[in-house]
Amino acid sequence: MTVHTLTIDGIECAGAEGQTVLDVARESGVEIPTLCHLDGLCDVGACRLCVVEVKGSSKLLPSCTTAVAEGMEVTTDSDRLVAYRKAIIEMLFAERNHICAVCVANNHCELQAQAADLGLTHLDLDTVNPVLDVDASHERFAIDHNRCIMCTRCVRVCDEVEGAHTWDVMGRGLDARVVTDLGMPWGESTTCTGCGKCVQVCPTGAIFEKGRPIATTKVKRPYLPYLKSHSQEVPA
Amino acid sequence: MTRPKLATVWLDGCSGCHMSLLDIDERLLTIAERADLVYSPLVDNKVFPDDVDVVLVEGAVSTDEDLERVTMVRKRSKTLVAFGDCALTTNVPGMRNAFDGDAAKPLYDRAYGENVTAVVNGVVRPTRNVPHHLPRTLPVHKVVDVDVFLPGCPPSANVIFNALVALLDGERPELPVGTHFGG
Repeated sequence: MTVHTLTIDGIECAGAEGQTVLDVARESGVEIPTLCHLDGLCDVGACRLCVVEVKGSSKLLPSCTTAVAEGMEVTTDSDRLVAYRKAIIEMLFAERNHICAVCVANNHCELQAQAADLGLTHLDLDTVNPVLDVDASHERFAIDHNRCIMCTRCVRVCDEVEGAHTWDVMGRGLDARVVTDLGMPWGESTTCTGCGKCVQVCPTGAIFEKGRPIATTKVKRPYLPYLKSHSQEVPA
Repeated sequence: MTRPKLATVWLDGCSGCHMSLLDIDERLLTIAERADLVYSPLVDNKVFPDDVDVVLVEGAVSTDEDLERVTMVRKRSKTLVAFGDCALTTNVPGMRNAFDGDAAKPLYDRAYGENVTAVVNGVVRPTRNVPHHLPRTLPVHKVVDVDVFLPGCPPSANVIFNALVALLDGERPELPVGTHFGG
């Protein structure tokens, strides 16, 4: 196994071939904020919150999809990075209708928590306020597109862990949506097994279990042991 | 020494932020010792004075009346605090923004027409002497300059008290770690 040595925020680290900057940073105790990343699922670099500076590159690179390399010098925290991360969170809030006070995920939402951590107190951007559907056709679950941040965790857990691939993405840019089967109502999906994994991995209040008081809607990720065990598989 | 003049204003919000202000409980006495509350829904003054030191503005800017009031309040105040999520993000009052103009008509008709049982002088929905909605509900900082933002729905009593103490000392308040939208 090839091992690369690199520095992250000045700390000397070692990472195996194929490991990402995010993996190695977390192993070394350096915390990088993430939203679309979830231990145990493949990374897609959808949210860009985990961007870092790498010496020699003028671009910011998403640490979750950047493989470690020999001699890499990584900076995970700078005024520039904080400004970009804040802008990303602000754009996510502005793009759809996030109204924390009346959201099922209030107080256990990763978007809300990231905004607080970054000190976002208001939006300088104008909000888009799109008219979006809530699909409550499934017997037990519902999706509120107003709250979706297109992290695609639901798509990935459904495909990679459940093996159903009910969820996918349709459309581009502002019009992109997660859809069930080929865009049919969730309740009419012939592939959904009703396992609820998408509910457990959703970072916001977009996918939730119906008919439960808000206080009990907190997701129970620790009860998804297959995610953790999967993430501990060391790449060959 | 004259005490700083404190005011609070209630635009398009539920008054929950003012309730949370009252939730500072006995610490209200501390505030009362350190400032004169010159204008507020909680006191009886009818006119907003023209030399206010600190004003807390609850609520979003939804109507022509809100717009006029917040513009006046800004002119007459040294430090303007956007107080709570409606003032910061428009929050619940801003949910109508997805339904511009005609798209909102069925909603209005349902809420203020079809379900109305009281008809006064032949009028079902009064249009005179009532504020009119702006095309969009706006956060306060999109209308006037805001000096301090206090997130929360509502901001907690501790956040409010600590902010008030700092502001009355002429300082910028620091938000406690984890202060967030919603709440």
